[in-house]
Order: sequence, then C-alpha cells, then structure tokens
Amino acid sequence: MDDILIAAENLCRDYGALRAIDQVSLTLKRGEVLGFLGPNGAGKTTTMRILSGALAPTAGRVRIAGHDLLESPRAAKIRIGYLPEHPPLYRELTVDEYLYHCARLRRMKNGAARAAVKRVKARCGLNDAGHRLLGNLSKGYQQRAGIAQAIIHSPAVVILDEPTVGLDPIQIREIRALIRELRADHGVILSTHILPEVQTVCDRVLIIHAGRIVLNSAIDQLAADTGWRVGFARPPSIERLKGVPKMRNIQAVDGSHFRFEAGEDGVEELLRAALAENWGLTELTRQSRTLEEIFVQLTHGEQPAAGGAPS
Amino acid sequence: MIRVIAARELRSLFLSPLAWAVLAVSQFLFAYMFLTQLEVYARNQARLAGLESAPGVTELVAAPLYSSAGVVLLLIAPLLTMRLIAEERRSDTLTLLLSAPVTATEIVLGKFAGLMGFFVLMIVLLTLMPLSLSLGTSLDLGQLAACVLALLMLLSAFCALGLFISALTAHPMVAGISTFGALLLLWIIDWASATGSTDKTSALFGYLSLDHHYQPLLSGVFSSTDAGYFILFTAMFLALAVWRVDADRLQA
Repeated sequence: MDDILIAAENLCRDYGALRAIDQVSLTLKRGEVLGFLGPNGAGKTTTMRILSGALAPTAGRVRIAGHDLLESPRAAKIRIGYLPEHPPLYRELTVDEYLYHCARLRRMKNGAARAAVKRVKARCGLNDAGHRLLGNLSKGYQQRAGIAQAIIHSPAVVILDEPTVGLDPIQIREIRALIRELRADHGVILSTHILPEVQTVCDRVLIIHAGRIVLNSAIDQLAADTGWRVGFARPPSIERLKGVPKMRNIQAVDGSHFRFEAGEDGVEELLRAALAENWGLTELTRQSRTLEEIFVQLTHGEQPAAGGAPS
Repeated sequence: MIRVIAARELRSLFLSPLAWAVLAVSQFLFAYMFLTQLEVYARNQARLAGLESAPGVTELVAAPLYSSAGVVLLLIAPLLTMRLIAEERRSDTLTLLLSAPVTATEIVLGKFAGLMGFFVLMIVLLTLMPLSLSLGTSLDLGQLAACVLALLMLLSAFCALGLFISALTAHPMVAGISTFGALLLLWIIDWASATGSTDKTSALFGYLSLDHHYQPLLSGVFSSTDAGYFILFTAMFLALAVWRVDADRLQA
C-alpha cells in the first residue's frame, strides 16, 4: 500500500438548509503535517470531525490508510487519533485512569495499554501528573492529556483541532516540538489560527473559506510561488492570459494591469507570449506575499470568484 | 468493548458523590420500609397463626418491600440515567466515543450495563434485609427470587427508557425530569382501567402500565406475559437509544 493516509473526496455536510462544507477533497501522506486554516465558521471543525469519524458526511467519502470510514469504520477509526477543539476529558478520572481507558477504547490489550500509558505520558510531559485528577489540571496540562489520548494507540493519522489554543508560549513551543516529532511516523492534520505556527511546523497548507477549499499548497511552493504584477500598453483579454501555460490565479487589477502567480518558468511563458503577440509590456514586478496576505486575500472576498456564499 | 465502557461508567459513578448518596438514602428508606412491614407482621402474628393457610413472612414482608422499592427507584433512577449520554454530550466527551472504533450499539449497551451493575449492587443490598429473616424463620425462597427478578427487570426498563431520553438532549436536568415524567405516567397509566370501566382503551392502558406487570411478579406468579413486557420494553428503548446516538453522527 502506498503512503496516502487520508484520501477524502468531495466531502459535503449540510446542517438543515446550511451547507457547512462543500466538495472538500484532501489527501495526507505519511510524514506530512498539514496545516488547516480558515476564519471562524469556515468549516474547519466540521471537516475535522468528519475525518475523525465523529460525524458522517452528507456526501463524499473518506479512506483512512485504504479503509473506508463508512464501510469499515472499525478498521479506519483504529488508525485515527483525534483531539477535538475541547479536549474530551472525564474530569473525575486521574490522568492514568483516563489514558488507560482511552487505550482500551481503541481496542488495546490490557498489558499493551499499560505500556502505552507510560510511553505517552513521557512523550507529552505528563510523568509527574499521572495521579492528578483531570479536572484539577491547568489548561496546558489538560491540553497535553488531550494530545496524549489522541496518540496513545499510535494511530497512522493524528488530527489536532487547535492544539495550541490557550497555552503559554513555552507550552506552545513544546507542543510544536511534539508535532514535529510525530511527523516521523504519523501524518498530522492541524488546525490553527496562528499563521506563523503553520509556517514553522507544517509541510502543506490548506485554506478553507465558506466551506470550500480555496488554497492547497506546499509551504515551500508558497514561498516560491511569488505573485507578479504585470502591465501592458495593449492588454490582451483576461481569457487570453488564462491561456498562457504555468500561470495561476490571474486577476485584472485595472484595464491594463494584472496580477498573477507563477514560478520563473511561468514568467518566461508570459514574456514569450507578450513578445509574440505584441502586447507592449510596460511593467513587471515581483510581489511576494506572506501567508497572512494570502489568507486575508483568499478569505476576505477580494476575489468574488472563490468563496461564494453558502446556498 | 461493552465492558470497557461499562467499567468507565461505573468507576465515574463511584468517583462522584452521587452514587454514594443514592446508595445511602435508598438504603435508609428501604430499611425503614422493611422495619415497618416487619412491625406490622409481628403485631398480627398471633392472629395469623389461627388462620388456615395463612400468608407467610415472605408474602407479608418481602413482597411489599419490593413493591415500595420499585416506587422509590422510580424517583431515583432518573437521577442516575439522566447523565448517561446528555452529560457526555454537554462536556464534549461524547466525541471521544464517537471517534473511537466502537459502534453506537456498543456505546449504548456499555452504558446500560454500567448502570445496571450499580442497580444490581443496590438490589443485593436490599435483598440482604429479607434474607436476614432466614436466621429466625424459613423464607419462601422461590417468591423472594421472583421479587428480585421482578425488581431487576423493572430497573432495566427504567434504565433503558432513561438512557433513551438522555440520548435525546444535551441537558441532564431536562433528561431527568422527562424520564421521571414518562416513568410516572407509565406507572399510573392503569388508573384509567382501575375506574371499573371495561372498554378497550382502559384495557390497553392497563396493559401498558409498568406497575400492572410488576405486582403479579412480586406475588410469585411468573407469567411470561409480564416478563415479556419488561424484556420488550427494555429492548425497544435500547434500540431507540442506539438509533439516536447514531443520528448524532449522521444527519443532525
């Protein structure tokens, strides 16, 4: 089997008349950390709940390491570790009792479960908290316990919904280090509001807006994919520009200026076309954008073609 | 899997003061009822001795005790069942179960088994009281067994209905009061047939009543209609609870 851990195709989910997510498709490979961004209410949590099996999609399907989540839920779910937005903690249990219960719930045998509790406590820095009640722990420790339950059964896929929310800077660093460590043998999906976090820990970024995926790109690609601004004395139609290979996301700024994204090869193609068809190049400037700019642009309706109100 | 969920349920129950309070209060009430029944029996013992085929101590002490215990538990059971799913939903721990490799059936049966474990303990404690009489007299163990079985079936019916209603909401108190209302209605619904009218509706209401099926079992008449009623009742509400928990995952 190849190393595609999650293959989600055309996921949709309706809440009554509201379509929370629409045609969301994504893949996650082993050793990859996927950052999931989007404004509040964009459908991040819905998508993650569907991927974790806690919610069934209205349409579409999810395969976890080759197992269909709806047809063979047991085989699929045993390969998933999920930390919801609010860690699902039984406040009256101690850390040890809770983690043991979680391990057993994932169908681990008694001995294996005890060993797993010990291992995961060391990994999440919970060694000194084993006998404390979950309800009495600080937010940071509760979050760690939440992460511990998500990785206790060494799942292929770890889904973390805002794992660093409410933590202090030191704890955030620790959790980022833990996520980087997890990458070695798991695939990780991570949702967050902190954009620099995505740049430091993620390999790939996915932006969701109004229930649709508006960006799916590798982080390196994002840096390489700088934006360009181009002006022509005799501008071609935007349709013609869209016909030029290797250029993406072409937008008209005004009658004679356009903005687009492309690598070096895309720019070369454009220059070739401009010369051949005599458009009269007047301007060509590089406009590299930060993740924040991309995020704001994609999620604030600067381009009405993307997004689109949920019907 | 059912065992894992049931064990967690029981453990959490005993980690909260609720279980201990419920055990203490109910045990106190049962003891009081037991002693008053015993008092009445002791006072009438001389007259009973004169009767031909007089009712025994089991019939006069144990059966009324289990009958009143049924009413006490009608009040208490909703307090215990209301948390089962509603509280997990409220505190977001239901997600843990829904995303774990367990089916809705396993979740529901696990919770049912966990709470029934608690009720079995309660029945054991209750049964120790009439059993203590065997030190001084001989008991009708057959009838006592029928009483225990009847109370067990009654409690599984309470538990199943409470579990289903708990699965409907995220507010334990709403689940509690609804369960109590539903159980009380089902308990007294045969009042309609007790008015003496013999039309079909009141016969149906009489048949639906929990009490109507509970009393004959206590008197030692083990009819399959009554046992079947409790088993069907329990199975139906457990099935509805499974359906409801699954619906959480499917279309909200």
